[in-house]
Amino acid sequence: MGVEQKLGNMGFVTTTLEQAVNWSRTRAMWPMLFGLACCAIEMMAAQASHYDMSRFGMELMRASPRQSDLMIVAGRVSRKMAPVLRRLYDQMPDPKWVISMGDCASCGGVFNNYAIFQGVDEVVPVDVYVAGCPPRPEALIHGVVTLYEKVQGEKLTDWA
Amino acid sequence: MSENLSVISEAIRERFAAQEYAFLGEVSLIVKPEQIVEVCKALRDEFNFEVLTEETAVDYWPEQSPRFHVVYRMRSLQHNLILGLRVPLEGNAPSIPTIEGIYKNANWFERELWDMFGIHVEGHSDLRRIVLPYDWEGHPLRKDYPLGYEEVQFSFNFDEIDIRKPYAKE
Repeated sequence: MGVEQKLGNMGFVTTTLEQAVNWSRTRAMWPMLFGLACCAIEMMAAQASHYDMSRFGMELMRASPRQSDLMIVAGRVSRKMAPVLRRLYDQMPDPKWVISMGDCASCGGVFNNYAIFQGVDEVVPVDVYVAGCPPRPEALIHGVVTLYEKVQGEKLTDWA
Repeated sequence: MSENLSVISEAIRERFAAQEYAFLGEVSLIVKPEQIVEVCKALRDEFNFEVLTEETAVDYWPEQSPRFHVVYRMRSLQHNLILGLRVPLEGNAPSIPTIEGIYKNANWFERELWDMFGIHVEGHSDLRRIVLPYDWEGHPLRKDYPLGYEEVQFSFNFDEIDIRKPYAKE
């Protein structure tokens, strides 16, 4: 962690409150179980032992939106699912973020038709888009780390 | 065609003035819409077709007469036979009598018929949409239903399409 060099012999370290809060938010980010299609399989693989997303503080997938602060939209969003998705998003407590996983969630993918939303950003605001059909677990983990970088740069007043 | 099936087909054809349509060994009988309930009843009670495996439709737009074919497919477990029925329907707002009273599982098939093709099912106990949301307009499996195509964004036209995109607010 490099804390040892900063600590020296004094036994304490100085930082800003903002950095400390953002650090704690990124290291305990609980995603919501929200697999909509085949991307969910890759999401499960990213969670499982081989890739082990808990290395990045994501050891728990929550089945309830009220306990989660990250929504990974994994799969195509149909017109019938959209009201449900929006409702779950509204039930998540602040601060909350959204990762749009895969081509279908990001831009409709191969489903350019009447039944599928051409991008989940029409329903909920998206922070990180992950490309791929489906993205490999590494790509999803990269998306999560990218989100962490974004969260590290956020102001406390953004969510106040 | 197996011998059993040709006997059944001939009996139905004689009684209901139906036509036969065979393709690659699959037999369908073309039946008038007002006869469909009687035909189904005869098939179930006299010829042991116990199971309705499928009920769907085909849209032959822009043809108008017939515009739709309603397709039934039933199976006789006892004799190991499959028989199809086809009912041609005229015009843009067609309707067909329900066979819910004979095969109970036709309930959901007929709701899908209404949902996707807009074929009204007379006498159906619960004719709501089954797949699409209740407030949906139109019937998407009709050939004249717009596909809802969205233009693909490339670097040269990204901005002009992006302006039209409905982004969600917080």
